Amino acid sequence: MTSETIFVSSTFREPEPPPVSDRGPVRWVRAHLLGTVPQVLLTLFGLWLLYVVVPPLVQFFLVDAVWSGTNRTACLPADVGHPVGACWPFIWAKINQLIYGFYPAGERWRVNVVYALGALLLLPLVLQQVPYKRLNAIAFFGVYPVVAFVLLTGGNFQLRHFLLGYLGFDALFPRVAPGVSVSWVFWTDYVLSSVLLAALAGGIARVVAGPDAVRGAVRTVATIMVPLALVLLAVDVNFGLEPVETRLWGGLLVTLVIAVSGITVSLPFGILLALGRRSSVPLVKICSILFIEFWRGVPVITVLFFATYMLPLFLPDGMTIDGLLRALVGVALFASAYMAEVVRGGLQAIPKGQYEGAMAVGLRYGPMMRLVVLPQALKLVIPGIVNNFIGLFKDTTLVLIVSIFDLLGAMRAAFTDPNWATPTTLFTGFGFAGLIYFVFCFGMSRYSMALEKRLDRAQRH
Amino acid sequence: MSTDPMIAKDPMIAKTEADAPKVAIELVGVNKWYGEFHVLRDVNLTVTRGERLVICGPSGSGKSTLIRCINRLEEHQKGRIIVDGIELTDDLKRIDEVRREVGMCFQHFNLFPHLTILENCTLAPMWVRKMPKKEAEALAMHFLEKVKIPHQANKYPGQLSGGQQQRVAIARALCMRPRIMLFDEPTSALDPEMVKEVLDTMVELAQDGMTMLCVTHEMGFARQVANRVIFMDAGQIIEMNEPNAFFSNPQHERTKLFLSQILH
Repeated sequence: MTSETIFVSSTFREPEPPPVSDRGPVRWVRAHLLGTVPQVLLTLFGLWLLYVVVPPLVQFFLVDAVWSGTNRTACLPADVGHPVGACWPFIWAKINQLIYGFYPAGERWRVNVVYALGALLLLPLVLQQVPYKRLNAIAFFGVYPVVAFVLLTGGNFQLRHFLLGYLGFDALFPRVAPGVSVSWVFWTDYVLSSVLLAALAGGIARVVAGPDAVRGAVRTVATIMVPLALVLLAVDVNFGLEPVETRLWGGLLVTLVIAVSGITVSLPFGILLALGRRSSVPLVKICSILFIEFWRGVPVITVLFFATYMLPLFLPDGMTIDGLLRALVGVALFASAYMAEVVRGGLQAIPKGQYEGAMAVGLRYGPMMRLVVLPQALKLVIPGIVNNFIGLFKDTTLVLIVSIFDLLGAMRAAFTDPNWATPTTLFTGFGFAGLIYFVFCFGMSRYSMALEKRLDRAQRH
Repeated sequence: MSTDPMIAKDPMIAKTEADAPKVAIELVGVNKWYGEFHVLRDVNLTVTRGERLVICGPSGSGKSTLIRCINRLEEHQKGRIIVDGIELTDDLKRIDEVRREVGMCFQHFNLFPHLTILENCTLAPMWVRKMPKKEAEALAMHFLEKVKIPHQANKYPGQLSGGQQQRVAIARALCMRPRIMLFDEPTSALDPEMVKEVLDTMVELAQDGMTMLCVTHEMGFARQVANRVIFMDAGQIIEMNEPNAFFSNPQHERTKLFLSQILH
């Protein structure tokens, strides 16, 4: 054998840092911007694009812009004496309308409180370092919607019937003189109905699953009825707030109400639908598929039209549903169907071994899904989920066609003011509206990217 | 090797009450089909408590399916399977009970990648046994020490080597304090230098007196710890014997052929 075939290592090489020439900005520019001829061409094209797009925008929105004034004359080139860009005083003049719609001026503090409270609860929820996430989530998803609802509408709904009342038993309940802020008829009805439901659930559980199941069934009813009572109580009590009809709401308020409620409803509902679609129970599966395919197959504008103009024809005489609520439900159901398909994509990517691992340690279907499968599946489809959220946020503008004035609607209404009819009003308005939408959507996008990065770092392979 | 009273037993390994059934697992005329394919054909088997069985056979012989039927990851269509005195039927409650008593390790570990090693181990005790978090963590650390990776407790499965992951999987199963452990080719997906660390863990577990069913082709392991070796082919038990006799003097032609191919 020659000496080349035999080798025994006699040294051990310690790891060293990479050579310096691999780092540094000059090196980076050469490698990424000017490496090859196509790269140079692309770099030049990019620079040209920036040159074409950025200076005119800066010119229009900043340099030539008018910043103050009280009416259209401030923004007319003839009166100003130089070419006029964006007419910002128009925005300042209309800002209240854009933020609150026709919400009564004296009550606007309520909207402000809702905005502030929302920001105050949302911020610590998305910042990773802040503790008490569970409590925070309960406050944001459980308590905040009720508080916001009462503040925005004014509450004091004067509830009259619960289940038994609708069945015609209300004559049996005691009547207390008017002037008491909550309705005794309603609450007697509520308590009796709850007891009846609990008894019914307990009875069914006993027949189906034996006496051991009774406690669980009663507890389930209680966990639904007690929080519901708190919600209804909040809605029923007279806090002395002036009622504000939803047709007075508008602008950013409506955009946020529709988007936030659509987002918070569509995710959990979409998850349930996705699980339903993969269920082995035929009835659940068929219902989920029908629901998803129906809402996916119908344009959102049709849904809104139907909810607004057709639904009242099918409702019994005298029964009305709030216009905004109808649009909200339509948007939420629509978004849920889309969300379901995104989540299903994530569920399908989870290997069978994960289910088997979970089952083998004794987890039942519920905990298996909640603790093992869904956390992984949802993480995989964060880009899709946020994509849906962003789409939903922008789709809210479609409520314009059923005469609900969201941010864009309020803006278009503001255009009709002859006081501010100038050549650049339109561009200023759309530019401003676009900026607002962009800020929200870009925020969601950045948050989703940060979230993905964080989750990836935690479980790097 | 019967359970040796001289070996110090791990006190945390499942309590075997004196009145517990002597028979751990009983299979009577078990049949299973995948569609038209008859994968288990009239399998009869009785495993007594503390016994360690090694099941081998060519791929597709039904050995994995057999042990997966024991904790109902697969459903059998004919015959009876009685685990720890509980007969497996469609009754979800019984399936839950059996799964609580039977731990399982898989070829590909099936750890939960989004949870830390410690969380992997505490998940089932907390959610199935309703154990308080502190207690579950103490239990998990005990078993992680047993499989010799307590210092990795806060890492994620993806950061561990295959051998370490499989040992975590064993610890995770033990945290439910099962009376029976099933192993489905636990070393087949491992790099050669990691096989031994997993086998050592399993040997130690055997010495603690755990009832074990292992589908494996590690014949050294079979010789060292098994009470019985079972050879399966075409969905049936072809031959069963104590390990020495099985390896030195196989009776059935099919067994002889199989052994000649795996023992070079």
